[in-house]
Amino acid sequence: MAKNDLQGALDLLILKTLSQLGSMHGYGIVMHIRRVSDDLLIVEEGSLYPALHRMEQSSWIQASWAVTEYGRKAKYYALTQAGKSQLASREKNWEQVAKGVQAILGYA
Amino acid sequence: MALLRRIFTLGRRSSHDREVEAELREHMRMCIDDQVANGMSRKEAKRHARLMLGNPTAMRERVTAEDTALGLDSLLRDVRYALRGFRKSPGFALVAILTLALGIGANTAVFELLDAVRLRSLPIHNPAELSELQIKGGNDGMGLNEGPYSKFTIPMWQEIRRHHDPFSGVFAWRTSEATLGRHNEGRHVSALEVSGEFFNVLGVVPWRGRLIEPQDEASCEVSKVVASYAFWKSQMGSIPITPNTSIYVEGRLVQVLGVTPPAFFGLIVGDRFELAYPTCTPSNPRRDDFMMSVMGRLKPDWNIGRASAYLDALSPGLFDSTAPTGYSSAAINRYKSFRLEAVEAGSGVSTLRKAYDASLRLLLAITGLVLLIACANLANLMLARASVRQRAVAIRIALGASRGRLLQQMFIESGLLALCGALLGIAIAQPLSRLLVASMSTERDTIQVAISTDWRVLLFAATVAAVTCVIFGTFPAMRSAKVDPISAIRSGERGVTGNRERFSIQRLMVVMQMAISMVLLMAALLFVRSYRNLATLDPGVRESGMTVGFFDFSTLNIKPENRAAFTRQLVDDVRAIPGVQNAGATTHVLLNGGSWSHSVHVGSIEGSSRFTYVSPSYLATVGIPILRGRGFTKEDTVNSPFVLIVNQAFIRKFLGGGPALGQLIHVMPEPDYPERHYLIVGTIPDTKYNDLRADAEPMAFVPIDQLPVEAQRPGAAIMIASNDSTAAIDAIRHTIGVRYPLISLNFADFEQGIRDNLVGDRMMAMLAGFFGILAALLVVVGLYGVLSYFLAQRRNEIGIRIALGARRGQVIGLVLRDTAGMLAAGLGLGILLTLGVGRAASAMLFGLKAWDPATMSLAVLLLAAVSFVASWIPARKAANLDPVAALRTE
Repeated sequence: MAKNDLQGALDLLILKTLSQLGSMHGYGIVMHIRRVSDDLLIVEEGSLYPALHRMEQSSWIQASWAVTEYGRKAKYYALTQAGKSQLASREKNWEQVAKGVQAILGYA
Repeated sequence: MALLRRIFTLGRRSSHDREVEAELREHMRMCIDDQVANGMSRKEAKRHARLMLGNPTAMRERVTAEDTALGLDSLLRDVRYALRGFRKSPGFALVAILTLALGIGANTAVFELLDAVRLRSLPIHNPAELSELQIKGGNDGMGLNEGPYSKFTIPMWQEIRRHHDPFSGVFAWRTSEATLGRHNEGRHVSALEVSGEFFNVLGVVPWRGRLIEPQDEASCEVSKVVASYAFWKSQMGSIPITPNTSIYVEGRLVQVLGVTPPAFFGLIVGDRFELAYPTCTPSNPRRDDFMMSVMGRLKPDWNIGRASAYLDALSPGLFDSTAPTGYSSAAINRYKSFRLEAVEAGSGVSTLRKAYDASLRLLLAITGLVLLIACANLANLMLARASVRQRAVAIRIALGASRGRLLQQMFIESGLLALCGALLGIAIAQPLSRLLVASMSTERDTIQVAISTDWRVLLFAATVAAVTCVIFGTFPAMRSAKVDPISAIRSGERGVTGNRERFSIQRLMVVMQMAISMVLLMAALLFVRSYRNLATLDPGVRESGMTVGFFDFSTLNIKPENRAAFTRQLVDDVRAIPGVQNAGATTHVLLNGGSWSHSVHVGSIEGSSRFTYVSPSYLATVGIPILRGRGFTKEDTVNSPFVLIVNQAFIRKFLGGGPALGQLIHVMPEPDYPERHYLIVGTIPDTKYNDLRADAEPMAFVPIDQLPVEAQRPGAAIMIASNDSTAAIDAIRHTIGVRYPLISLNFADFEQGIRDNLVGDRMMAMLAGFFGILAALLVVVGLYGVLSYFLAQRRNEIGIRIALGARRGQVIGLVLRDTAGMLAAGLGLGILLTLGVGRAASAMLFGLKAWDPATMSLAVLLLAAVSFVASWIPARKAANLDPVAALRTE
């Protein structure tokens, strides 16, 4: 049974983004999700930063300060080993949830 | 690391806030930059970004809250939760903390003593560099040996002082006594006689004034002293030290140069000095008087091994040039073959180490085992508590608490208990440790060890507490976290027979407790019986009603050749005093320390024998019977043939057990004791010489009148037999005091002296006994608790059994069978353990082996009895269960 964790979607998005980009700052994560999803998904900053910090406390990601390509200082996040395995399990979980939701919606 | 950062930022909340603020500010700036790049005006872009981000303060708060929620904050919450739990069941908390405190306290107390005696470095500059010099293998009992720390003669010390390449400095010292007061009427204080380099090499900095320096070594009359801090404070009232500060020592006014710092107690652990005075070099020092201890500070580029090699190479020349005269050539050759070596002395020297090291280590093991039993009890207690709370835990899991969080909480609970126990334990460890020291001290010989809680002790206590916490906390915590919420909520505590697995862990703990207490009971019985063996051992001489009188007549200035006659007179005087049954003089008091040996040649057999010079009435006084031949008489004098009375060990060793009377014994010369031939005129049974544990040694008695004139001392030890020693001592003091007012008298109880030698055995018997009883009690409590708990779980089952017609006896049998099963396992394991660890104790036991079958049977019986008593009450309760009530309460 999949964990019925729809809110976990945000964590999943962030983790996946970081696994694709390697290391990115908060703004970059927002922009990436937006661009890749064709503006379908817009992550609100009000949810993003608490989520980032929570994941950092759980040691899924680690943060470090670095300079952006435009010369601004920003806090970059990257996946840890624990984060990678977390991502794997969440992806699997998500497939199940999506399947389940699909089934519900498709039920005539 | 997130956790490290969290701890790091705990005290720097504002800097953490600033970091979050900076992160969000940069986010906003990037957002603005992008919008501007997209063609928006800067003002528009700012507005847009602010809209996107919302209230910056609220945002920052939300982010910060995420950081702290999982951090130390939640830890604090768990602590508060645990404390609330303890408040709700104060009985549990109290029992747990007290048990732990006692266990940890006892362990820490023993360790504290071990630390003080064995591990701690001297409070001097760079103690690791300090090394002591000694003769490899000792000096073979040659010459005069003044004490356990005196290893060199003065000529040897002078040689070493001239050649000390491995050492940046060397010094010599010895312990002595000084008498305070203008007319020697004051008390005796322990003193150190030190060479001029002593304080300098040790790096002791004066607390007041100055310390002894090389130029102080000039005169052989004590004219300058250094006071210890304690002496300065208690005896001198902490007065300022000026060049005119002086006190009376040995009846003379001497200058007090300065005061040593409070921490410096000398070099002997277990003893402390009060005054130190400079040594002197007499013009013609004795070459056979081993009196000094020599130490040095290694140069930084030398180590002990190299230093020893250097000293080894130095030895032939050194011993050649310092050889004493008056010995047989064999003895001199042995002397010349001595080799020097250096050993580490950074933690000082101490006879306590040899005497008590093994005992203390064993005690530490015993207290450790007691703590283990206590832990098992606690674990069972926690398990019972956990099962009571099972439903609460299940609900929390169902509500989404992670098992990790629950585990953390359980561990915080046991951690808190362990912490409280450890703190209390450390607090009671010091008094306990002092009690231990007091139990090792005797009237004659008080042990003064600085018991203090240093980092080693704290580390030890913390480790013990952590280990305990893990031991008693793990099972219950795992158990709780493993709970299946659904079945736990549904069944609560109702199961008909309960869960088998849970029982087996608790059973295992009880079995372990029994096994360990079997070991402890065994140790208790062994040490008590060993002490009894020693205390009731017949040493072969009369013990009760014996007093040793020391008569010091040095003030009478009697010439050596007249001393024997004077001693004879003294003995006659004492024997004539009413109340004195008999009295005899001796040069050596049996079983009270000290010894005297001579080299003996009989035909081709060479060896050494104890020699004691006694007056004719001595053997009768101490109750040693003459087996064959005759005792000494007044006719045995310097002018008559030299005669001996020997014991059976002597006959076995030198005469092959054959007839002894009339045999000639050749005694080799040594300084003051010329070569002699003795005729054996009597034989006596074996008696103990010094050590009650040792087998009888070859012993020979010589008439005190035949003691060589050069060896005569201005004093006599007289053994006095009486029915009422107090009255006899009073009478002697009075009579002798009137007749010879200048003689100083000292009396000691002979039996007490022997008892004092057993103080270590007494301590082990007392403590092992105490811990053995404690272990048995803990088993009673543990077994009782577990059985009661089992039975409470099985109320239903037993109710049904009774309802179906089981008789009371059968129910009791059910419980007792359970106990018997655990007991059998526990005893089996315990016996194996005892056999395994018994060897450690064997050396300390007297008159029985560690696997003594009688003792083992007794321990088994005791433990069995204790177990059945502990299970009888719950069994009775179960048997008296009202089946209707038991079934209805469900």
